[in-house]
Amino acid sequence: MTSTPVFGQTRGMGELIEVADKETVLAPFGTELAALGRERPEIVALTADMGRYSDILPFRDEHPDRFWNVGMAEQNLIATSAGLAKVGKIAYCTTYSVFVTRRAYDFVAIACAHSMANVKIFAGMPGLMNGYGATHQATEDLNMMRGIADLTIIDPCDATELRQVVRAVADIPGTVYVRLLRGHVPVELPDSYEFIPGRAARVRQGDGSVGVISTGYMTGRALDAAQAATGSGVDAGILHVPTIKPFDTEAVLEFASAHDRLVVAENHKKTGGLATLVTEAMFDAGVLRPVIRVGLEDGFFECGSQEYLEAKYGVDLPRVLRAIVDGV
Amino acid sequence: MPATLTSPPGTADVAALKDRAHELRRLQMTMTRGKGEGYIAQGLGIADTLAALYFHELRHDPADPDWPDRDRFLLSTGHYSIAMYAVLAAAGYLDEDELPTYGLNGSRLPMSTFDITPGIEVVGGSLGQCLGQAVGMALGLRLDGSPARVFCEFSDGELDEGSTWEALMGGATFGVDNLVALVDCNGIQADGPVTVAIEPVADKLTAFGWDTREVDGNDMQALTDALAASRERDGRPKAIVLRTTPGSGIPSIVARPRAHFIRVTDDEWAGFMDELEANR
Repeated sequence: MTSTPVFGQTRGMGELIEVADKETVLAPFGTELAALGRERPEIVALTADMGRYSDILPFRDEHPDRFWNVGMAEQNLIATSAGLAKVGKIAYCTTYSVFVTRRAYDFVAIACAHSMANVKIFAGMPGLMNGYGATHQATEDLNMMRGIADLTIIDPCDATELRQVVRAVADIPGTVYVRLLRGHVPVELPDSYEFIPGRAARVRQGDGSVGVISTGYMTGRALDAAQAATGSGVDAGILHVPTIKPFDTEAVLEFASAHDRLVVAENHKKTGGLATLVTEAMFDAGVLRPVIRVGLEDGFFECGSQEYLEAKYGVDLPRVLRAIVDGV
Repeated sequence: MPATLTSPPGTADVAALKDRAHELRRLQMTMTRGKGEGYIAQGLGIADTLAALYFHELRHDPADPDWPDRDRFLLSTGHYSIAMYAVLAAAGYLDEDELPTYGLNGSRLPMSTFDITPGIEVVGGSLGQCLGQAVGMALGLRLDGSPARVFCEFSDGELDEGSTWEALMGGATFGVDNLVALVDCNGIQADGPVTVAIEPVADKLTAFGWDTREVDGNDMQALTDALAASRERDGRPKAIVLRTTPGSGIPSIVARPRAHFIRVTDDEWAGFMDELEANR
């Protein structure tokens, strides 16, 4: 079957754009890191030719003596960061998710995680977050990174959470992999929200019929979908799981047990990420509920606008809404 | 407290350092007898370099392995562990009585180096990972105004790894003149002789912006002279290309055609020890 071409505008390098009905914060990662650098002189930062496209330049501009651009050399980015960590620094570094996961994996595992090195990797364009095709779409990054022992993995939802994560990771021992949101990052969570490393958070109370377990910016999408679902008489609860590793099994099982059926939503392939973690935990504990996985099928994805790709591959708002309301 | 702890190294006592190198070879052969196999040829080849570093060039304190201003030595070739354990024991980081556990189950002295061993700075063995870490350490120490320097050993085989060249470019770009790369060119790798066209190593390092010297890595006078010349702080990282002979000190091991991983029977062992003493 040949699908009808849909022509739309693409945008560059994972930069989130302002959305009409959303409050946004410009470059929350870099501005928060620059502020943190004022307080903590042991913080240094590096990039592999992705300063502009990872929002880290506010740190460079304010702390130029503590910033290094190693060029397009992701293995060396991780190794150099590890070396800095091993002489007492906390090294924040940025590149695209595809390059740190697929290209520098062994360096993250051995130079960093194995030694519990204080390297904090902020990985741009995780999951399906840009229209540059498979070369730039890290649709299996959670699956890869969860295989590394002693590595902490965080997938923040929005600007509110990302700013807290920037500060929190400085005090998480060892190596941390954070899925970066950049550009005009929306505000989805309330001011009262508190990120606690390793803990999931109930961000919407429902009536116990449908429960959504989500991570990353898909939690924002789940919040929008749950609101829309009330028009159909469905009152869904939402458990946001920002820390993928270590996984908050206890909170997930409690939430799963309290709902008749579940939807798991993630900006990642359906295998190896959040849905796999959730179903593993449920199966091990004997908590059996119907689960719909909203995520990407296995495959490489083409170039195109973000909106086009999300709709085509089933991770957009209508897809989450359909899972919540119709249970399919 | 070693004399080199707070002051720059003075004139090398070459004869004493040769004795130290001999001691390191003897300790390695003792470990070999317990295990019966290992990366002995490489360990014997690098023994002079380790003696020159730990008993002359490095500012370090075995009683305080975490001293913040210590010079760092990074062994990238984790499989040279047998030589590292020998020098760490000789220098006082390890008890000599622990050496026979080399490579045995539950030992702190595994066949490839991990940072669980006192005196081992980084995990070696995943080749091509250490020079970049050395660059990062040098940057961090410079940022702190520390007088400490970083010495990073890696092998000619590791020049096959692209990451080595990334780190070479990084070190030159950032001008880490508190970093000394020690390139062990022994001409062998796992499948036999070094495979790809890596020569001329010294010319390549020079072209990449490193202040480079090339010496016979089993000539103690040449080694200590090159280390002394590498103390200059002129904005360029330093490199010493070490031409070493696998098995150096024991002619029968030097003569083995396949020297990457060697097994030594009990019958052979006594003969090797006789050769070692005869060649000191």
